[in-house]
Amino acid sequence: MDITTETISSLKRKYAAGEASPSDVLDALEARIESTEPKVLGYLRRNLEKAREQASVSDTSLPLGGIPIAVKDNINEDGEICTCASTYLENYLSPYNATVIDRLQAAGAFTYGRTNMDEFAMGSSTEHSAFQKTNNPWDVSRIPGGSSGGSAAVVGARSAIAALGSDTGGSIRQPAALCGCVGMKPSYGMVSRYGLVAFASSLDQIGTFTRNVEDSALILQAIAGYDPMENTSKQQEVPDLCAHIGKDVKGLRIAVPKEYFGAGIDAEVAQKVKAAIDWYQNEGAEIVEISLPHTEHAIAVYYIIATAEASSNLARFDGVRYGHRSSEAKDAISTYHLSREEGFGAEVKRRIILGTYVLSSGYYDAYYNRAQKVRALMKQDFEKAFEKCDLVLTPTSPTAAFKAGEKLDDPLQMYLADVYTIAANAAGICGISLPCGFNSENLPVGLQLMGPAYGEPTMYQAAYAYEQAHGWSQQVPSIT
Amino acid sequence: MSVEKIDVDYVAKLARIKLTDEEAAAFGEQLQDIVVHVQQLDKADISSISESELANDDSANHLREDTPRPGLPTDKVLNNAPEAADGEIVMPKIVE
Repeated sequence: MDITTETISSLKRKYAAGEASPSDVLDALEARIESTEPKVLGYLRRNLEKAREQASVSDTSLPLGGIPIAVKDNINEDGEICTCASTYLENYLSPYNATVIDRLQAAGAFTYGRTNMDEFAMGSSTEHSAFQKTNNPWDVSRIPGGSSGGSAAVVGARSAIAALGSDTGGSIRQPAALCGCVGMKPSYGMVSRYGLVAFASSLDQIGTFTRNVEDSALILQAIAGYDPMENTSKQQEVPDLCAHIGKDVKGLRIAVPKEYFGAGIDAEVAQKVKAAIDWYQNEGAEIVEISLPHTEHAIAVYYIIATAEASSNLARFDGVRYGHRSSEAKDAISTYHLSREEGFGAEVKRRIILGTYVLSSGYYDAYYNRAQKVRALMKQDFEKAFEKCDLVLTPTSPTAAFKAGEKLDDPLQMYLADVYTIAANAAGICGISLPCGFNSENLPVGLQLMGPAYGEPTMYQAAYAYEQAHGWSQQVPSIT
Repeated sequence: MSVEKIDVDYVAKLARIKLTDEEAAAFGEQLQDIVVHVQQLDKADISSISESELANDDSANHLREDTPRPGLPTDKVLNNAPEAADGEIVMPKIVE
């Protein structure tokens, strides 16, 4: 068994044929981790003993039976440390399971490894982790993207079969593109956020990192569906996500928005994505040129709404009930001020301050309320587009992975890395990033397909067809 | 709308966060850059979107039946408290 090339479906076949057991897979994975992890640093913690126990009792007849899955460190798992890569939660022990963990376990999977991230999921490079910097498996001098950079790096390094992440403005799709794996953000409300530490609740969704498209659909099928514990979870029935996998793309209407190929896009990225558009056209898809006129406002809308919601959500970290409390605190007010000063890193503070500012008296209408209205216009852009097309195709990120440290002192430049992924969160639609080639420096480039809310089956159909016709997802980095 | 200088110290007080000296110095300019960028929303024509349209967003607040169910075990919750005694969380004195 070569653990670097296995997928969920290939492992399921091996289990069924008696050629391998979940314990064998865990051992092979751990051996791979030991060779890659010193350079990649994607994991924060691994509990091998617990995983061994779970592997040994796995029911491989279940949909994800005996499949190990890594988890971003902002998803609660009963009895596990859950830090959100923040000093503030360094010793926080989850008292319950997130719904997605319950559902993974019910589907037979077991968790192995908690992955690094930007603190509280705020960042696009994973350089804002309080604990370690994660490196891109294709070039360890570069960042893996963020905020779910640890999950992307370990799946890209083939030192995890699959991983969960969270995506608020691109935090799954952008790092997946930069690390050469498949990253998927489901439609808003399809996957319960119960047990995900909240960043910006109207935008956050839990999604998947996988080695190929089909694996993503298999995991999403297991974790999706209504959850009474989460009041934005939709009661709508989850479709059969694999229903169209394997079908060709003839007659599919794929839209290309002109705004996504404008200033700021790297020439090689544009060329790879255009080659993918040509492929779809040659295969019989109808390519439709469209305009999403409010795209230019995406970053502005996002950094107002996301920081406003974050400033409110992160008010719970007050030094009182859990997490860090300053030893210098003398009374209630100084407990808040000092515990937050000591526990939060600079990017988290910067966003809380920005969010507090845009919500403060005299500015609310000019910033927050206005951003909500422009967000509604962005949503209408997509509603109009999906009258004329089934899917929207764009680059995932304007550039391939950038060098560590390159954007660290310029928050606005860092924010612009999310320019193509934010709209799907703002509009509540689904989006997937899959590899579409490598640039001249052998860095992966990602292609994004977006579908309407609950349009995942068609999105998977088009992604799978492209993947099967190209070999990009099978490339394994050498990690030197 | 022109951009006023952001009073970082004042906003930090509202947010109940003390900033280090370096953060306070760096944030002023960085936040100014971001606020200048988001000013571009002034160009968007939002006249077609009414307040009631925003309020009718169907993505929020589907409430479940309010039926009793077990809460988190007290010991697990207190285990995460910075300081606890007699089944309660201990705080510095609030009222003199």
